[in-house]
Amino acid sequence: MDMNRRQFFKVCGVGLGASSLAALGMAPPPAYAETIRHFKLANTRETRNTCPYCSVGCGLIMYSRGDGAKNVVQEIVHIEGDADHPVNRGTLCPKGAGLLDFVHSPNRLKYPEVREAGSNEWKRVSWDEALGRIATLMKADRDANFVTHNANGQTVNRWLSTGFLAASASSNEAGYITHKVVRSLGMLAFDNQARV
Amino acid sequence: MTNHWADIQNADLVLIMGGNAAEAHPCGFKWVTEAKAHNKARLIVVDPRFNRSASVADLYAPIRTGTDIAFLGGLINYLLANDKIQHEYVRNYTDVSFVVKEGFAFEDGLFNGYDAAKRSYPDKSAWSYEIGADGYAVVDPSLSHPRCVFNLLKNHYSRYTPELVSSVCGTPQETMLKVWEAIAETSRPDKVMTIMYALGWTQHSVGSQMIRTGAMVQLLLGNIGMPGGGMNALRGHSNIQGLTDLGLLSNLLPGYLTLPGDGEQDYAAYIAKRTQKPLRPGQLSYWQNYEKFHVSLMKAWYGKSATVENNWAYDWLPKLDAPGAGYDVLKVFDMMFQGQINGYFCQGFNPIAAFPNKAKVGAALARLKYLVIMDPLATDTSEFWRNAGEFNDVDTAAIQTTVFRLPTTCFAEEDGSLVNSGRWLQWHWKAAEPPGEARTDIAIMAGLFHRLRALYAKEGGAFPEPILNLDWPYLRPDDPAPDELAREFNGRALADVSDPASGAVLAKAGEQLAGFAQLRADGSTASGCWIFSGSWTQAGNQMARRDNADPYGMGQTLGWAWAWPANRRILYNRASADPSGQPWDPAKKRLVWWNGKAWAGTDVPDFKPDSAPQDGMSPFIMNPEGVARFFALDKMAEGPFPEHYEPFETPIGRNPLHGNVQAVSNPAARVFKNDLELFGKAEEFPFVATTYRLTEHFHYWTKHCRLAAITQPEQFVEIGEALARERGITAGDRVKVSSNRGFIKAVAVVTKRLRPLTVDGKTVHQVGIPIHWGFSGVAKNGFITNTLTPFVGDGNTQTPEFKSFLVNVEKV
Repeated sequence: MDMNRRQFFKVCGVGLGASSLAALGMAPPPAYAETIRHFKLANTRETRNTCPYCSVGCGLIMYSRGDGAKNVVQEIVHIEGDADHPVNRGTLCPKGAGLLDFVHSPNRLKYPEVREAGSNEWKRVSWDEALGRIATLMKADRDANFVTHNANGQTVNRWLSTGFLAASASSNEAGYITHKVVRSLGMLAFDNQARV
Repeated sequence: MTNHWADIQNADLVLIMGGNAAEAHPCGFKWVTEAKAHNKARLIVVDPRFNRSASVADLYAPIRTGTDIAFLGGLINYLLANDKIQHEYVRNYTDVSFVVKEGFAFEDGLFNGYDAAKRSYPDKSAWSYEIGADGYAVVDPSLSHPRCVFNLLKNHYSRYTPELVSSVCGTPQETMLKVWEAIAETSRPDKVMTIMYALGWTQHSVGSQMIRTGAMVQLLLGNIGMPGGGMNALRGHSNIQGLTDLGLLSNLLPGYLTLPGDGEQDYAAYIAKRTQKPLRPGQLSYWQNYEKFHVSLMKAWYGKSATVENNWAYDWLPKLDAPGAGYDVLKVFDMMFQGQINGYFCQGFNPIAAFPNKAKVGAALARLKYLVIMDPLATDTSEFWRNAGEFNDVDTAAIQTTVFRLPTTCFAEEDGSLVNSGRWLQWHWKAAEPPGEARTDIAIMAGLFHRLRALYAKEGGAFPEPILNLDWPYLRPDDPAPDELAREFNGRALADVSDPASGAVLAKAGEQLAGFAQLRADGSTASGCWIFSGSWTQAGNQMARRDNADPYGMGQTLGWAWAWPANRRILYNRASADPSGQPWDPAKKRLVWWNGKAWAGTDVPDFKPDSAPQDGMSPFIMNPEGVARFFALDKMAEGPFPEHYEPFETPIGRNPLHGNVQAVSNPAARVFKNDLELFGKAEEFPFVATTYRLTEHFHYWTKHCRLAAITQPEQFVEIGEALARERGITAGDRVKVSSNRGFIKAVAVVTKRLRPLTVDGKTVHQVGIPIHWGFSGVAKNGFITNTLTPFVGDGNTQTPEFKSFLVNVEKV
């Protein structure tokens, strides 16, 4: 006896007798059920985020594979608009709809690198080497050029020979600590994207 | 934004001018559509191009780029001449009755006190109110005094006749009058217009004054503080608002506090200058609380080391010796070009693409000793030393700059908050680990700081005190958690904070503060950004709230995220009610009102909650005079009233408003000598160019994203059919666009969207140039558009004049 899934349930619907049919080995071939494609998002985690492009601040839902456990690497597989968000109400523009390609861009930077003076290539370095060399360069420049008093003898405590351009899409928390550090060094050549 | 995105649904008229929301902010633009569909709103677009916003507008008016002050000045004249103003609002809530000092004058394009050699107004003392014997500003409620602001305003804009404005702007007079007429209808108390603008207003040498002119129109119409009204800067980046709020600009501290100048050696005088007393009886003058915010900031930064004895570490703040915007990027890159800068950091910023005159920016970077890039993507700036053929033709071996490139996380790989243009602080959550060894910006800043602090502790060095004493209480010093930092900028009590009137304890020592009203100037509170106080209270993270309920049906959603200040959604909202405290329009524009005992409403009132209408406090509580200003006092570089000045590269070579050669272009804009020489003339570069962005791309990021690169793969320029005919160009040809600073080559899109305008009796063609290409990315490589743009900024903000310059166009 051969029947498809729909016919099988029809038979089952007749009543108790149907279960005995199944018990007699008349269930549809199980291989068929396995060909049904699983929903892509069924086993993903949902995380709320905000679109990093323009300033409308559209709500996003990011879907990632992995259960969030300590040694599990999460991978974002889909991003869509958050339908509950009062501004974008689930919609995204062409840029936002393509955000997955930003997260997984082949041009994402992965390792600290240095391009030495006059060189034509990048060289991979460790974080420790990169941060150590930068801190040494900063200190040498600051110590050599820090101005404690201006020509009139007024206390000014500024460092003008190194500058810092802050981001436009980093979070408030990153911006806050950046400001805290930069001003403690006495820097004034300090701006963010709002300037342009 | 004074208002916010969803509030646009309450508008009766939407004016998009100096922006293109349908293209650049599509998901926010839906609220314009909503207003049209459900509030019978009309949409007016005024723009050099018939753009995507214009394509769905009820009325479109073309305008020559850079002439918006003329257009809006003409509108002010029209409103006053035709008595289309919201009288009661203007009389009670603005400075029209204030009498200006004798000596204030405007003649032949210049205000009094101009110094041509300095290109500025060193003496602005007459740009102020007359002060009476009682210490208050003199007012004339009858508006008959010849020097009251109303008469000065009327007189100033009487020159902006429809004929003259049409000749300056190139807008056909009939279209212009239709626009003005439609706008004038919103002078009715129950009709409200919103203005949506963006970089089309900011990126001019007179950008700040363009925005002021728009705000003045809104004040005359009574549209500020109203639901569906306001001045709404669309803002271009996801946290450009937040980073500005946090004061990451040369001259600022968090929360719009300002750095001291060299002359401000005395702490008490520094505070006194910023805590202005009310200029009229009964006014709040909220900045009188300045010291509370300042001391709380210094406690957040320097903890126990900021004491009353050391003036809260006042000497540890660097003092500014540059006027105005301080060491803004144009000034810094000019210094770099002169070899005065040794080190530079680019955190998520791509200056070689984003700043004007690429040749100068590239040459400047090549004079650095070290350059540090912190970015999730391989930016053009990080490879400014790489020869990329004609896109970046440099001698790599000769460039002696050491470049470090540090990989950072992107939005999806971190927790934190962003501020949208409606001032909403929205928390987001991490969904994945970053690629490779990428770290957060927080970890990189902490890692650098720690190494520096260790070096200073070990070796000593120049002025180590602020570095050694910076408060760093984080559980993991090398990687502070975002929630620790968010709690720090909200603020907490360092000792018990009590109510000065009742003595009741408002916050116990160690507790998070509920808002900035709890901040104190005695060192008992710490708060890293006073306007963000209330975002992470003792009740938890308010930015993570997700209640989208809208009980009044006006889209204010007070339970969604958290808006600064004090979760207020519409700024100046006291002005949405009449002087007696009732909404101007009780049916459809109910926002806040006096309920007999207190201010209440559908939004958090922007007012002293218990000040009864009969007490006479005015709605603009941040101003010492309590009212909004048509007369900008000494706050603007160019003068108290906006005046039309030509772009620095003008197609007509003169200012039709006055013959004075000093007043052709902004007389108070700073111009560096090496840039002055590079301004082009119309004889050689006859066409007006303007730059802009496309809906499919985001600045210079999405050229690294495949989908975006597929939808807009190749660089193009837009030229009108008439210009194409004149130059023998057909759609799809490659053209060379050149300015006096360089050239780009791109595909020509020949369009009806750009039509020639008649300006000052001449035919003027405008050329549109999108910005998104460069020499790195997965999109087809192209030229950096800012190769063409001039290195000059707005007179106040120093934002570059990207929107208006001269080019030539030839077929390749």
